[in-house]
Amino acid sequence: MRKIQCDVAVVGAGPAGLAAAGRAKAAGAGRVLLIDRDRELGGILQQCIHNGFGLHLFGEELTGPEYAHKFIAENQEAGVEVLLNTMVLQVRPDRHLYAMNRREGMLDIAAGAVVLAMGCRERNRGAVTIPGTRPAGVITAGTAQRFVNMEGFMPGRHIVILGSGDIGLIMARRFTWEGAKVEGVFEIMPYTNGLTRNVVQCLHDYDIPLHLNHTVVEIHGRERVEAVTVAKVDEKLQPIPGTERRIPCDTLLLSVGLIPENELSRDARIELDPVTGGPVVSDEMETSLPGIFACGNVVHVHDLVDNVTRESRLAGEGAARLVQGRQPGGPVLATRAGEGVRYVVPHRLHLANLAERETTLYMRVREPAEHVRIEASVGGERVLSVRERVVRPAEMVSVKLPPGSLPADCTGTELTLSVVKEGERA
Amino acid sequence: MTKERKLTCIVCPVGCGIKLTYDADRREILSVTGNQCKRGAAYAADEVFAPKRVLTTTVRVEDGFLPVVPVRTAQPIPKEKIWDALKELAALQIKAPVAYHQVICPDVAGTGVAVIAERPLPAETEEKAG
Ligand SMILES: Cc1cc2nc3c(=O)[nH]c(=O)nc-3n(C[C@H](O)[C@H](O)[C@H](O)COP(=O)(O)OP(=O)(O)OC[C@H]3O[C@@H](n4cnc5c(N)ncnc54)[C@H](O)[C@@H]3O)c2cc1C
Ligand code: SF4
Repeated sequence: MRKIQCDVAVVGAGPAGLAAAGRAKAAGAGRVLLIDRDRELGGILQQCIHNGFGLHLFGEELTGPEYAHKFIAENQEAGVEVLLNTMVLQVRPDRHLYAMNRREGMLDIAAGAVVLAMGCRERNRGAVTIPGTRPAGVITAGTAQRFVNMEGFMPGRHIVILGSGDIGLIMARRFTWEGAKVEGVFEIMPYTNGLTRNVVQCLHDYDIPLHLNHTVVEIHGRERVEAVTVAKVDEKLQPIPGTERRIPCDTLLLSVGLIPENELSRDARIELDPVTGGPVVSDEMETSLPGIFACGNVVHVHDLVDNVTRESRLAGEGAARLVQGRQPGGPVLATRAGEGVRYVVPHRLHLANLAERETTLYMRVREPAEHVRIEASVGGERVLSVRERVVRPAEMVSVKLPPGSLPADCTGTELTLSVVKEGERA
Repeated sequence: MTKERKLTCIVCPVGCGIKLTYDADRREILSVTGNQCKRGAAYAADEVFAPKRVLTTTVRVEDGFLPVVPVRTAQPIPKEKIWDALKELAALQIKAPVAYHQVICPDVAGTGVAVIAERPLPAETEEKAG
């Protein structure tokens, strides 16, 4: 078995892995190894050929492949080493990785620090719970995206979309452009799961109807999908009898959410957050296992790649600091999701970092709301309050804590983020 | 006549809700609110008088690492030209290798806007076996 020694090993070469590897190298880590099972770098970005990436980071609107290209070039210049077509099979708590590829067989990689950046997988559970036959033509939106944008073929001509996630919305327009008929997008919740801009430019622009409070209750067809039955749902998300409607189609596209890909983390017994499905991390993006970091969609599902990059640079920086013995020590403060907040990342903040640098907290709200404030409090004392005109579960909210904004002595307390209606107090 | 309109800015994923008032006869914007940056104001003005979109699609490639290469218009094009542009691009076939931002079509659908490759695409033989 070939043995490889490196300072930082990064698992997954999507935007998260690329940013972590590049930053680790820039921050002075010696040998940085970037590993991906795919045949090229870029992760999911290579199939996201639409524009809308990077405006916040670069001030220009890039497509997924363009965004990836920038980072691929940067990594190449920095001297990050790359192993493609290589699947990481196991991550051990002592920072040994076992990986495999066709050329060399098994690899034993010993790293000073490990960064997990495996991204996420599409949920397909929706299909499993839909009654009816199991014909061909039921696929996830991301798979369809890869087929159309990278493999160059159309998986169907007459399409119904279940779920209003971004990939589904983007694919509604893509299919329409390629000459297919998209009958509509059916979303079980009373609000969409995708970004508003995607509802506007992908559905409204092409008169594709969005049916909120609707779901698919049956799939018809023997060999191939022939139709689906949709129905309205009540407040408990149960189909309302008598509202069923049969829609002929040859393809049902599922866009019902993403789940962080954490088999490796679970196997290594890294502590996971039950809400995000990803590792519990510090403000250095370090997991519960010392020296093992995580960033990007493997930690929590991001809607903006710019945030993935920012967060992943912290992970790269953290990994470099660790191998150089420059990690911050001292007490940490836990974060907590308060009223109206579903989760907060990171979960632990080093007081030493809080005093020195700006800290960004990412969160998702439970429900859509208008005219609210996001409040951060420590031990009952309000330390920050930011106004938000609109907050929606589909759009991640970020809150910036300026350096030194916390009371000097807050060890043993928690930092709580809550959503407060304008005019009320937390 | 003064008119009012509500829009969602689609320039970036923040998706600001923009309100604007404009003079329909003089084709003049009177006020824009709700945008978090300047691009939003420019978008709103365009959207009212001459809506434009960036078109992103794929073009067939001969002997490429992949059978298609993603392409986009270098600038937004008038919304009503999208279908013509798609038809024109669907008829094209180019040869690998393709360079990053290589011009695929200098003037798509008479818009004066070029279509460029979103990524480099090596020829099939150049692919490094894992
Ligand atoms: C359809 C879609 C549209 C989007 N649109 C936008 C947009 O318009 N604007 C925007 O800003 N953001 C957008 N996003 C969000 C953003 O692109 C993603 O959040 C981001 O790409 C996630 O990056 P990542 O590196 O965490 O994951 P990924 O890109 O998924 O990368 C993970 C990588 O890890 C590899 N991997 C996994 N497991 C292993 C293993 N065991 N061994 C080796 N390699 C492994 C995979 O092969 C993959 O390459 C979109 C996302 C999607 C899915
Ligand atoms: S106004 Fe600016 S910040 Fe708001 S959506 Fe438009 S481009 Fe983005």
